[in-house]
Amino acid sequence: MTARPAALVVNGLLIGASIVALFPLLWMLSASFMSPGESSGYPPVLVPGHPTIDNYRELFARAGVARYLANSVFLAVAATFLSLVFNVMAGYAFAKLRFAGRERIFKTMLGALVIPGQVAMVPLFLLLKQLGLVNSYGGVIVPALASIFGIFLVRQYALSIPDDLLEAARIDGASEWRIFGLIVVPLLRPIIVTLAVFTLLGTWNDFMWPLIVLTDKELYTLPVALASLSREHVQDNELMMAGSVVTIAPVLIVFLVLQRYYIQGLMMGSVKG
Amino acid sequence: MKRQHVAWCFVGPALVVIAVFFALPVLAAFAMSLTDFDIYALADLRNLRVVGIGNYVELLQRPLFWQALGNTLYFVALGVPLSLGVSLGAALLLNSRLTRFQSFFRTALFAPVVTTVVAVAVIWRYLLATRSGFINYVLGLFGISPIDWLGNPHFAMPAIILFAVWKNFGYNMVILLAGLQNIPRDLYEAARIDGASSFAQFRFVTLPMLAPIVTIVGILTVAGYFQLFAEPYVMTQGGPLQSTVSVLYFMYEEGFKWWNLGNASAVAFMLFLLIFAVTLLQMRGAGRGSAWQ
Repeated sequence: MTARPAALVVNGLLIGASIVALFPLLWMLSASFMSPGESSGYPPVLVPGHPTIDNYRELFARAGVARYLANSVFLAVAATFLSLVFNVMAGYAFAKLRFAGRERIFKTMLGALVIPGQVAMVPLFLLLKQLGLVNSYGGVIVPALASIFGIFLVRQYALSIPDDLLEAARIDGASEWRIFGLIVVPLLRPIIVTLAVFTLLGTWNDFMWPLIVLTDKELYTLPVALASLSREHVQDNELMMAGSVVTIAPVLIVFLVLQRYYIQGLMMGSVKG
Repeated sequence: MKRQHVAWCFVGPALVVIAVFFALPVLAAFAMSLTDFDIYALADLRNLRVVGIGNYVELLQRPLFWQALGNTLYFVALGVPLSLGVSLGAALLLNSRLTRFQSFFRTALFAPVVTTVVAVAVIWRYLLATRSGFINYVLGLFGISPIDWLGNPHFAMPAIILFAVWKNFGYNMVILLAGLQNIPRDLYEAARIDGASSFAQFRFVTLPMLAPIVTIVGILTVAGYFQLFAEPYVMTQGGPLQSTVSVLYFMYEEGFKWWNLGNASAVAFMLFLLIFAVTLLQMRGAGRGSAWQ
């Protein structure tokens, strides 16, 4: 093959693959602006005849999606912020501070990564029930406060901080907390953003645990609410597509803006792990 | 020793959370799997009895458990190779020197990964509809008569597999792409001088150099695919004829619908052991593979 036809094939295949990857998302967006029943016509209608925002209006006015959106935003932001505090402190300590049993604890935690989270779910549910956290925001946030993966990510990055820098600050009389706040956190900024994006998207998209721990509709996150709405409103394609847009758009936008950081975390988690 | 003290203040909070909300429940799950913890024990712990391996024995005699196991293995056995194949193909295309707009294509192909499973599963349910679905429409253009994807027990799991591949291939694609970019150019140069064809270069340079990453990605993907849950929950609710009940779906219903929490713990533990065993097998297989080279 000469270069030109080969280039056509390669780029053609990529265009085709991109269409397959993006079509469901574009169709969702388009159908969310269609009038009831329009999207299930035959042959399929791809563009709304008379674009309308009625589906969104109905979603927020009658299906109570504003509440679910608020729940999702609050839970994702709170879990991300709190878990960052826990994980960054621990990750830094595992990399740079000395304490008894450090290596042993770290190795044990890495070994525990093979245990799927679902193994813990039943007793976790009972534990949170005892603590009065079932069917509350706390029930979603508390188990997410620290993650082995997050600690690992921060530790790997923090290993590159020069010891001399920390030693110099100690000699100058700075306390460990000052060193952490003024020197370490600024140096860790890239990995903090990475972990923040990861946690934010992970919490937002999480389904099984919120489904188990939240029983009151008022507390549902968007995915849990969407799953339940889609069982009630099987025939309302356009309404459900609007609901999917509301669920997907925030994470997609966050990803597009902070893509570089997300991809970096993905690499560190898989390749170096 | 003051510094030790401060260090513990840094790691302490995270370790306590992990110990209390992860390690302890995992151990408790094993203990619970040896009891008949059910809705009566939930009301009053005095109703709890230790049944030893009773739950495990009973589960192994339940046809639905075997069905869930079979469905999950089907999903893993077909879904993982398909996923990895698509990921590798896409990574090779992106890595080609002929590719224009590499970062645009990478973002487009990766987009499904960051979307919410539940939401995209809802979209796919409509795309897979028998009469009005776009997928059957496209198949119709090729003269294929409509398929009842989610209503026919033979097609429901394949439909979920197609969905999962679409949703997930971008993740491994990005990792494999980084692996491809790390292969030294000299190796290809040397192969070309030796007269190796494109295919030979792929077979004897690309694949061996990529093997360690493929192993890691394979292990992670298998472990992830064993945890199938949201897809059948949203798309089929385990049906039709329980052809898409996965092990986790079974655990969820057993535990949080029927409140047979002892049983559910036993299911979770068996899933864990299964994933663990398969991971070990993969690692041994990979070890043997690299010894061959």
